Amino acid sequence: MRPLLAVDGLTKHFPLRGGLLNRTKAVVQAVDDVSFEVGAGETLGIVGESGCGKSTTARLLMHLVPLDHGTIAFDGKAVGAGAGLSRRDLRRQMQMVFQDSYASLNPRLPVAMSIAFGPLVHGLAKSASLARARDLLQAVGLDPMLFANRYPHELSGGQRQRINVARALALEPRLVILDEAVSALDKSIEAQVLNLLIDIKERFDLTYIFISHDLNVVRFISDRVLVMYLGKVVELGPVDRIYREPRHPYTKALLSAMPSMDPRRRTMDAPLSGDPPNPINPPSGCRFRTRCPFAEAVCADVPPTLTMGHDGRVVACHMLVSGSGHSRA
Amino acid sequence: MTDTPAIAIAEPVEALRRAQQGKSYWKRVWERLRRDKVTLAMAAILIALLTMVIFAPWFTAHDPYQGSVLRRLKPIGFPGHWLGTDEVGRDLWSRMVYGGRLSLLAGVMPVFLALLVGGFLGILAGYAGGLVNSAIMRLADVLYAFPSILLAIAITGILGAGLRNTILALTIAFVPPLVRISEAVTTQARHLDFVEAARASGAGTMRILQYHILSNVLGPILVYATSLISIGIILAAGLSFLGLGVTPPNAEWGLMLNNLRQALWVDPVICALPGVMIFITSMCFNLLSDGLRQAMDVRL
Amino acid sequence: MWAYIVRRLLYAVPILLGVSMLVFALIHLAPGDVVDLLVPPEVPKEIADSLRARFALDQPVYIQYFAWLGRLLVGDLGISFFTNRPVADELFSALGNTLMLALPAALLGFGLGVVLGALAAFNRGTWLDKAFSATAITGVSLPHYWVGIVLVAIFSVILNVLPAQGMGGSGFPTSWEQARHLILPVVTLSLIPMGVISRLVRANVLEILSHEFVGTLHAKGLLSRRVLYHVMKNAAPSALALMGLQFGYLLGGSILVETVFNWPGSGGLMNLAIFRRDVPVLSATILVLATIFVVINILVDVLQALIDARMRR
Repeated sequence: MRPLLAVDGLTKHFPLRGGLLNRTKAVVQAVDDVSFEVGAGETLGIVGESGCGKSTTARLLMHLVPLDHGTIAFDGKAVGAGAGLSRRDLRRQMQMVFQDSYASLNPRLPVAMSIAFGPLVHGLAKSASLARARDLLQAVGLDPMLFANRYPHELSGGQRQRINVARALALEPRLVILDEAVSALDKSIEAQVLNLLIDIKERFDLTYIFISHDLNVVRFISDRVLVMYLGKVVELGPVDRIYREPRHPYTKALLSAMPSMDPRRRTMDAPLSGDPPNPINPPSGCRFRTRCPFAEAVCADVPPTLTMGHDGRVVACHMLVSGSGHSRA
Repeated sequence: MTDTPAIAIAEPVEALRRAQQGKSYWKRVWERLRRDKVTLAMAAILIALLTMVIFAPWFTAHDPYQGSVLRRLKPIGFPGHWLGTDEVGRDLWSRMVYGGRLSLLAGVMPVFLALLVGGFLGILAGYAGGLVNSAIMRLADVLYAFPSILLAIAITGILGAGLRNTILALTIAFVPPLVRISEAVTTQARHLDFVEAARASGAGTMRILQYHILSNVLGPILVYATSLISIGIILAAGLSFLGLGVTPPNAEWGLMLNNLRQALWVDPVICALPGVMIFITSMCFNLLSDGLRQAMDVRL
Repeated sequence: MWAYIVRRLLYAVPILLGVSMLVFALIHLAPGDVVDLLVPPEVPKEIADSLRARFALDQPVYIQYFAWLGRLLVGDLGISFFTNRPVADELFSALGNTLMLALPAALLGFGLGVVLGALAAFNRGTWLDKAFSATAITGVSLPHYWVGIVLVAIFSVILNVLPAQGMGGSGFPTSWEQARHLILPVVTLSLIPMGVISRLVRANVLEILSHEFVGTLHAKGLLSRRVLYHVMKNAAPSALALMGLQFGYLLGGSILVETVFNWPGSGGLMNLAIFRRDVPVLSATILVLATIFVVINILVDVLQALIDARMRR
């Protein structure tokens, strides 16, 4: 089965300028050689700490930020290259919902207009665009009669996020990236919006990439999950298996840091020591080695590559590759 | 009574629908303005002034260009000339009213023109970024190196006096600050999330500017422009005062101030009169612009 | 920080070049030829042409520009059409006279501005503050040249206690009689800086007061010296920056006040030059004043960078 989205070797480094001639003093390695695939109809969750590159990856996919290296292929067609998919066409297939529900909406436009903007720009007549906007308002659970002509500041966070979802759907995409889309909402609202997302996904036959730092939510909604650390993919696989049996030391630490409702499983020790290192000067070799309890010399010399395991999982760690030089391999 | 239920339902539904309409930003600004008594008063004064000035013949009894040597420098309250006469015998009140035409024109027109040019360049620089931004801002910086009055004097002093050069000079003096503020707000707007979302929808530059940038940027720019008008009026009159602006025998407040200066020792009160007009007009525009700023500072 | 300072200094060069090009362009665009101003129209063409050659007017524009620029850089500001004396001499003595007004006006305006602004801020909401706001708005709407005229009307014409015009002698005032001439122009000139500085100081002090100490102040009822010191220290940097800029405006924009009082400063010189169509004097004066303004701006930026760095320590 051809994957809907295939990403290979995505890299983005941000230069830091300064000094006399505004020269590049250092480089923030935000995203480094990230590769993965998303199958049609699935939900891929992306987790990691702040600064690991999740949002940058999302923006790279949406072409809101130019790539340094790597390729993106949507439904088999390469994006950007002459014969492939143009950026404009890609944006009809792939849309995004941002985290800040308020900042994502133009305060001067009534929300129906914000939703209708996408189709309008792609050639649909204004009346038809607004009609579609009203239909979508209905689909996300907001009565168009009551909400179509409201302004963003007159609505609650949950309502605004529903509108952002409606806007993402306006261009009838096949894939929707949700970048911390529920993170800023109150828990009860979050649950409502999550259920809405699941409902919509089925109704419109969508594929999701769900980015979040909330591990519980990711588990709830995702089929597979991708774990990122400091700009690199660290582990990728079916969500239940990874949550039950994490392989990479970082994933293990991340999951054990989740507070549990079970009083028998209290967290006693901090699973991770030290501060997250700086993406400006990431550690050589394996980027996690400075906090990894199992780090050895080979971890500093050789960066681990993503290797496919026997259960459909992909992990980047020397410990799991026999012959890598690690004592536990 | 089959139609009563329909009417009975229609009205509250209509009211509900109107209540759900949502108030656009400009509507809320307008509502705030309407409640601001000071601003309303200023607007009223300016409208009255404008009416008088445009329909000058209706409000004055004498020809502002006709003077009589026999009636030079008559004081306030002189029969037939309630504000007295100037140094050539022309009725002062008529001169002041007619003078308002040129003074207001020379003060407001440059701001309007500079708003068009500076606003356009600034928004362009702010949205495009990069080299375009640098080029435009550096050019603005060169003009900024002059204090406004010096720049205006340079242009009119070397190119010659007259209304046209005055408007040109003041327009050039006002373009840099308008470029700066337009660029600043546009750059800020460009990085807002909803603009990114608009780009993610695949919209081109023109559409994004039209639907998302302009409506968010025009407010602050307009407020700043109105605050420039009060300065424009003072500067325009100042240029005429120096002999660089409007030329005699036209009536203009700054020019009148200069002409009457020679008569300072004869009748000090009369000499102050044209300045009062400059002051009042400038003050009105200042308060108006302040009121506008407060109304637009609508917290969402 | 040093990188910023060096960059700021280097950036001034293209700006100054741009300024010189602008002035030169204006000179060139001036209607009429310089020679037309010097010789009557009946003069035969060859003589007029030879004069043009002497003034290098037959050369292409850019050569004239570089020649002019070259002369400027060695201090040759040209010869006045009217007096036939070097412009530099007249200009620098005129600048001295302007400085005689600008410095006291700056001190008066800044001093009063700080005091009034701080008073208004510390007494926020009271009638004092409201009076201040009213005065501030009035001040910004007043044409200062008109205020000068009004002051002359009151103090010279009606009351006859102060002189209306002129310097009363040249050079630095050595007698009370001479010094009297300074009073009205200095007061007039100080109005705008006073208004601008007082507004800024009030806004800054209010902002600092809102951070901390408010509760303490209310509890104590009055101001302790430590609080005052802290507030002033924090409000100082941006106030100083604005003062620098205002001083630049005082030097460059004094022409209106000098015209009212017939003061022989740089503004008065410009006035004469305009009247006499003395293009060399006018253009040189504009150029020098603009250059001074640019230099002051740079100094202000550099000083601010230094103060910022110090305060962060």
